[in-house]
Amino acid sequence: MNSPLRKVSISVLVLFTLLILNANYIQVVRSSELRANPSNTRILAEEYDRERGQIVVDGNPVATSVRTDDALTYLRQYPQGELYSSVTGYYSLVYGNTGIERAENEILSGSDDRLAFRRIADLFTGRDPSGGNVELTLDPAAQQAAFDGLDGVQGSVVALDPSTGAVLAMVSSPGYDPNQLSSHDPAAIRAYSDTLGAMDPDPRVNGTVDERHSPGSVFKLITSAAALEDGYSSDSVVPAPQTYRLPGTSRDLSNFGGEVCDPSGQQTLADALRISCNTAFAQLGVELGEDRIRETAQAFGIDEEPEPMPLPVVQSTVGDIDGDAQLAVASIGQQNVQITPLQGAMIAAAIANDGSLMQPYLVDQLQAPDLTVIDQTEPEEQSRPVSADVATQLQQMMVGVVEGGSGRRAQIDGYTVGGKTGTAQTTADGDDNQWFVGFAGPEGEPQIAVAVFIQGGQGTGGDLSAPVAQQVMAAYLAADGGN
Amino acid sequence: MAAPAAGPVKGPGTDPKQGAPGVTTPPKRRGTELVMLAFAVVITLAAQTIVDITVTGSPSPEIATFGLWFTGLWVVAHLVVRRFAPYADPLLLPCVAVLTGLGLSMIHRLDIAANALGESVSAREDAPTQLLWATVGMVLFVAVLTVVRDHRALSRLAYTIGLVGLVLLAIPAVLPSALSEVNGAKIWIRVAGFSIQPGEFAKICLVIFFAAYLVDKRDVLALASRRVLGLEVPRARDLGPVLVAWGVSILVLVFERDLGSSLLLFGIFVVMLYVATERASWLVIGVLLFAVGGTVAYQLFGHVRVRVDTWLDPFAYYPDGGGYQVVQSLFGLGTGGLFGAGLGGGRPDQVPVAKSDFIAAAIGEELGLFGLVAVVVLYLVLVERGLRTSLVVRDGFGKLLAAGLAFGVAWQVFVVLGGVTGLLPLTGLTTPFVAYGGSSLVANFGLVALLVRISDAARRPAAPPAPPAPKLGEALTEVVKP
Repeated sequence: MNSPLRKVSISVLVLFTLLILNANYIQVVRSSELRANPSNTRILAEEYDRERGQIVVDGNPVATSVRTDDALTYLRQYPQGELYSSVTGYYSLVYGNTGIERAENEILSGSDDRLAFRRIADLFTGRDPSGGNVELTLDPAAQQAAFDGLDGVQGSVVALDPSTGAVLAMVSSPGYDPNQLSSHDPAAIRAYSDTLGAMDPDPRVNGTVDERHSPGSVFKLITSAAALEDGYSSDSVVPAPQTYRLPGTSRDLSNFGGEVCDPSGQQTLADALRISCNTAFAQLGVELGEDRIRETAQAFGIDEEPEPMPLPVVQSTVGDIDGDAQLAVASIGQQNVQITPLQGAMIAAAIANDGSLMQPYLVDQLQAPDLTVIDQTEPEEQSRPVSADVATQLQQMMVGVVEGGSGRRAQIDGYTVGGKTGTAQTTADGDDNQWFVGFAGPEGEPQIAVAVFIQGGQGTGGDLSAPVAQQVMAAYLAADGGN
Repeated sequence: MAAPAAGPVKGPGTDPKQGAPGVTTPPKRRGTELVMLAFAVVITLAAQTIVDITVTGSPSPEIATFGLWFTGLWVVAHLVVRRFAPYADPLLLPCVAVLTGLGLSMIHRLDIAANALGESVSAREDAPTQLLWATVGMVLFVAVLTVVRDHRALSRLAYTIGLVGLVLLAIPAVLPSALSEVNGAKIWIRVAGFSIQPGEFAKICLVIFFAAYLVDKRDVLALASRRVLGLEVPRARDLGPVLVAWGVSILVLVFERDLGSSLLLFGIFVVMLYVATERASWLVIGVLLFAVGGTVAYQLFGHVRVRVDTWLDPFAYYPDGGGYQVVQSLFGLGTGGLFGAGLGGGRPDQVPVAKSDFIAAAIGEELGLFGLVAVVVLYLVLVERGLRTSLVVRDGFGKLLAAGLAFGVAWQVFVVLGGVTGLLPLTGLTTPFVAYGGSSLVANFGLVALLVRISDAARRPAAPPAPPAPKLGEALTEVVKP
C-alpha cells in the first residue's frame, strides 16, 4: 500500500499548492481590484475616518459628511432627503455606494490621483485629509418641480440643457431616503433596505437611466426626422388612412381610439405628427425602409453604447425588426423599440439644439477640498443626427403638437414650447406608459429639453406627462430663463 | 509558523534509562512536542492580547483565565500522550494546538466586532463556548488514548462502528426539519439548546469501517480482470462497494442538502480504495461516478446549481443572490493583501458566518496572505505527518485508517479553503480545528487522538527485546521464597 500512499501524499501537496497559488492570486494579483470595488465596504469603513467631500447643487450641499462621536467618525447626510436620491445614490456601510457617490467615489473619498499632492501635503502638515467636492449641473427649481410632478406616481423625469447637454433635472419616482441607507446602524440599514426591496419597483433603481421602455409615439420624431432627412418636408403630404394593412399580414393597424386622421386619407407630415397619426407613420416607416430608420435612430444615440454621464446608462434600442409589418409597428414606437427616459430627453434636446446632440453630463466641476477647481466639464457634441434645417422643421412640427395637438397641456405663457406625446401599451389590462418629450424657451432659442415618463395609470401622454413637463420647464424658465 | 527544527537530534525527552543495553530505542521526542506546544500557547496568547489591544486598547481581564485554561488543555494532552502513547509523532499535537488557538483568537476577535456594532441579537460570546468545546474535545482525546490502547482493536468492532456511523449520518435526514435544519442544510440534531452535527462523528466512524472493510476485501478488489485502455478494470461485481459509497453520498446530498459531506465521504472512500488495492482504475471510476453524480445534481437540485453558478461568477449574484458570502470573502482577502490588516484591524465581520464557514477569510483578511499560507502549511504538516504514520505503521488496518483520516483532513481543508477563496464552489464544510462549532472541534480532537495512537504504534520499536537473564534470576528467587 506504500506506493499509492506516496502518490496520495504528493497529491495532497499539489492540492495545497493550488490553494496557496489561488490565495496569491486573490490577495496579491487581484488585491487592488478587490479593494477598489465600490461594493467593498471595508474600504468604506476606512473612508469613514476621513471627511468625505460634498455633492453640491447650485452652491448648496445635497450630500455632506458630519462628524460624530461613534466608531465610524463621519456620518453621511443628505439634507434634502429624497429630492436628489436618484442622482446622489447612497453611501452605505452595508451595501456600498451607488449613484454619484459611486461614480465619483475617488474624488469624494480623496483617493483620486489628482488629489495625491494634497494628500502628501496633509501628511506633513498633520491636517486631516479630506475628499474633494462634486458640483452637479442640476437646477434646484427644475429638480423640485420634477420631484413634485412625480409625487405619488411611478415614473421618471430628465431635463437637459439642449445647448450643453448639462442635466438640469433627474428624478426617478418613487424615491427613497438615502439617509436611512447611509446611517451607522447596520440593523436599521438592513431593515430599511428590506422595506425598499419589497417594493415594486425598488426605489433604488434610477428609472431615468437604468430602465428602458417602449417609447410609443415619441418615436414618431425619429421617423419624422428620417423622412425629413430623406427629402420630405413638413408640408409633404403623406397617406393617412383610417386603417393600414400591415404588409404581408392580415392585421390592420388603426389609430388611437379608432380615429380618422384626415377624411381625405392623407395629410401633411406636420399634421400627422400633431395628431400623432399611427397609420401615416407606420406607412411612412415602411416607405423609408429599415436602414433609414435605424440610421437616424442611431444618430440620436439609440443602439449606441452610452457613455457614463458619469452614472452608467442602459443602452436604448430599436430592437429586432423582422419584415415590413414589424417595421411599420416599430415606426410608431411599438414592437421591440425601447428607450430610456434620458434617451427621450436627448432626442428632444438634439432637435432643440438645431440638430446637434450634446453629450449629457451630470457633473459640472470637481473641486479640491479647498474649493479650487480640479476639473471642469466642457460640453461636447456627441453627434449631429439631423441638419439644422431639418431640426428647425422638427421644432416647428413639435410646436404644432403643443399648440394645436396632443401636447396642449405643456403650453407655457410667454414661451415657445414644442413636444411630442407618447402612449405605449404595456400590458393587456390597459395600463399604459405615458411619455412626453419636448423643449421650451423664448422663441427660436429653446433653453430646456425634457422627457417625462410615467408608468401605468390611465390616459395618454398628453394627459399625465405633459403637465409634469410643463411644470419642470416653467420652473426652470422662471428661475433661470433669459440668462 | 512554528517551523520545526527537523534535525536528526536525540530528543530531549528520550529517557536513557528505558533503553536496554545493546538495543537502540528510537527517540520519543516528547520534549520536542512540549517545547512546540509551549510555542503554540505563546502564539495563541499573543494573538489574543493583540486583538484586545487593537480593538479595545487594553488586554481584557479574561485573558489570564483563558491563558491558564488553554495552557492546561495542552499540558493534559501532553501528559496523556507521554503516558499512553510515548512514541507518538511529536508534530501532530502542536499543529492542532496552533490551529485551535488561532481559531479561538479569531472567534474572540469576531465576538468583539459583533458586539461593538450591536449586530448580534444577543451580545453572545462565542469564544468561551468554543474553549468549552475544546475542553470536551480534549476529554474525548484523552478517552480515546486511554481506552483504545491498540488501534487494531477497532477493526474488530468495525462493522458496529460503521453502523453507528451510518445511523449518525442518517439521523438529521430522518428528523423533522424543525429539529435538523439550519440555513437550508439538514445536518443537525437540535435538542434542548444544543446543536450537534452528527455528520462530523459519522465521518470518523465511516473511515474506521472503510479501513477494516478494505483490508478484508483488498485482495478481491485488487483482482483486475481486464485491461482496457491501459487501465486495470475491475469486474462488474466488484463495483458494489464503490457504488454503495456513491449512493450514500448522493442520499446525503438529496436528503440533507449537504454538498460538502457528500463530496468529503465519497472522496475519502475512493482514495482509501485506491490505497488499499493499489489500482488507479478505482480513482478513474470514482471521478467518473463523481462527474455523473455532479452533473445530475446540478440539473436536478437548485441548491447545487446556486453553488456552482455563484462560484463561476460570484459578482453576478451580488449583493442579492448566492454570491454575497463569497464576494464579501474575496473583498476581505483582497483588502488584507500580503500582510493583512492586522489582528483587530480589518472588517472580517462583514462576511456572513465569519466564525464558522468563513473563518479562513477572516484570517486571510487580518493576517494577510502570509497568515493564510501559514495556516495552510500547518494543515499540510499535520496531514503529511498523518500520511507518514500511515506509511510507517506495519498493519494494513492502521495504514488505511491513518491514510483515511489524514486524507480526510486534507480533502476537507482543500474543499473549505477552496470555497472561501473562490477556487471551488462553496460546500458548507467547516475548517477543522479553527472554525467555530462544537461538533467539528470535538470530532477532530477524536480524529487526532486516533492519529496519535497509530503513530505511536508506528514509531514504537518492533518487538520487545528478549528478556535478559537477571530478570529470570529474580523470578526464580521469588519462586523459592517461602
